[in-house]
Amino acid sequence: MSRRRSFGLLQRLGSWMSFALLLLVLALFLFPLVWMVDTAIKPNIQVFQLPPSLIPWTAMWGNFETAWNYVSFGRFMFNDFVISTVGTAIVLVTSSMAAYAFARLRFRSRESIFLLYIGTLAVPQAVLVIPEFLIMKRLGWVDSYQAVILPLAFTAFGTFLLRQFFRSLPTELDDAALIDGCSRWGILVRILLPLSKPALGVLGLFTFVGYWNNFLWPLVVLQSPDMANIPLGLYQFQGQFATEFNFMMAGATISMLPGVLLVILLQRYLVDGISISGLGGR
Amino acid sequence: MHIPVGRDAAVGAATLARRTRKRRETASAVLFLLPNLTGFLLFICIPLIASLVLSFTDWSLVASPNFVGLHNYQHMLTSDPAFWQVFENTLLIVVGYVPLNIVVSVGLAVWLSTQVRVRNLARILFFVPVLTPAVGVALVWILLYQPRTGVLAWAWHSLFHSQGPDWIGSTTWAIPAIIVVTMWQNVGYNLLVFSAGLQSIPEQYYEAASLDGAGKWRRFLHITLPMLSPSIFFGTVLTMITSLQLFDQPFIITGGGPGISSTTMVLYLYQNGFQYYHMGYASALAWALFVIIMAITAIQFLLQRKWVFYES
Repeated sequence: MSRRRSFGLLQRLGSWMSFALLLLVLALFLFPLVWMVDTAIKPNIQVFQLPPSLIPWTAMWGNFETAWNYVSFGRFMFNDFVISTVGTAIVLVTSSMAAYAFARLRFRSRESIFLLYIGTLAVPQAVLVIPEFLIMKRLGWVDSYQAVILPLAFTAFGTFLLRQFFRSLPTELDDAALIDGCSRWGILVRILLPLSKPALGVLGLFTFVGYWNNFLWPLVVLQSPDMANIPLGLYQFQGQFATEFNFMMAGATISMLPGVLLVILLQRYLVDGISISGLGGR
Repeated sequence: MHIPVGRDAAVGAATLARRTRKRRETASAVLFLLPNLTGFLLFICIPLIASLVLSFTDWSLVASPNFVGLHNYQHMLTSDPAFWQVFENTLLIVVGYVPLNIVVSVGLAVWLSTQVRVRNLARILFFVPVLTPAVGVALVWILLYQPRTGVLAWAWHSLFHSQGPDWIGSTTWAIPAIIVVTMWQNVGYNLLVFSAGLQSIPEQYYEAASLDGAGKWRRFLHITLPMLSPSIFFGTVLTMITSLQLFDQPFIITGGGPGISSTTMVLYLYQNGFQYYHMGYASALAWALFVIIMAITAIQFLLQRKWVFYES
């Protein structure tokens, strides 16, 4: 009996030590973010003070305003918001339609077309950058929203993910609806999509964030400073503030806020969404 | 005139109905596929083929292109020493980064699953950098990596009482420095994927193993690892594909330098295409990268039979 109790005590001690270690690891992991915000509110001459200190001489919250106004961060956010929202909408609509066809409709060479689709999943974006730039140039679309949005809106990923998800839903639902006179469009919109919210949510989140943080393609296809998305704007900003790290960190903080906000809002769904949508490889 | 009656008529009508239904089904399939398939052809298939065609030309955007056969590939493999350096850098990143990412994220996922407190909060906190722009993350790390005055240099000096390396300004440390940043930003993604995988392992397996006297380590080795192996396989393939295409981090942090010591394949491709306007050569580089990615992925799929465990 006493042996058992001491074992329990030991186990509890171990669990507390493990917890303490976790807090330490988390603190170290989050340090770059803390240091970023901390540097952002320091006066410039304190940035490289040795030894480094977390406490600013004076908290210069105005640095954020300076950074925000120096380049048009508001404009970048607006651009990025338009690009990411429209792009995500196109991906969700077109890939759920295609996924429905691949999952539920019988037509000739369905499987081979689908194989061709997922075969292109391995195509790196970098392979397409040059010809896509030339296409945009030919179309006269360089420096436009559609040039940033369209090339990334038709990867096979969304179709693949939703097709897998649709196939896990029972076909009896479709059949019943079909007998009741429901159209195919109605089946997709009123039956399959409402049941696929987790998969749509995960696809939507990763598509949105993929657009929001994309750098290489906007760098290639956007030219005027006014059209930039957040990463590209931040890059321009870096060119102008190369030595003033406090403003640069203010800019970096601004660029990260939407992502952090999304994580906080969606935290409950992240783990479940990933396991439900099959992104975990099962 | 032969009028089908009785059974014949029924069979005929049924075939006809089936045929029209099938035709109607094909027609609606075309409609449902049309938006995605059109975009897919225009923005994936055609560019993919165009890129291959371009790789056999010397196009520089200004002059009209000439067909040069395999010259770009020949140049790449035999007379461009930079290519081999860049290839080596890219492989070095993959070899350093992928195992590190997988080991740490599996380890973290397993460790976190044993935590009673703040388990979910910790997963979410590790995930935060995943959703932030790599450019912003790179700027933060440039600050941390500053020689002499940066936090890391200061920590090194206080620990070892000597001046630490100039991380991003040294040919030796530039790639490890980039790996660390990429790791910090992305480890939370695989952590979440593996956490999801762990949750789907039935608790009974562990209970049965405990009853049989299996310790923690053996349970990890004989239950957790095999059950998690499909997720690990999936994570390894994806992580490898993305790390072969690393661009943002080297572009912002080191610009590929010093010299070309941290230039990756995609960065080299970008420089050739959009700074020197060697569109033909850049396309050849793109296809070389594509072939490397396909080869490595194929090898992984072949090897998975040896170590990935699928429940039947």
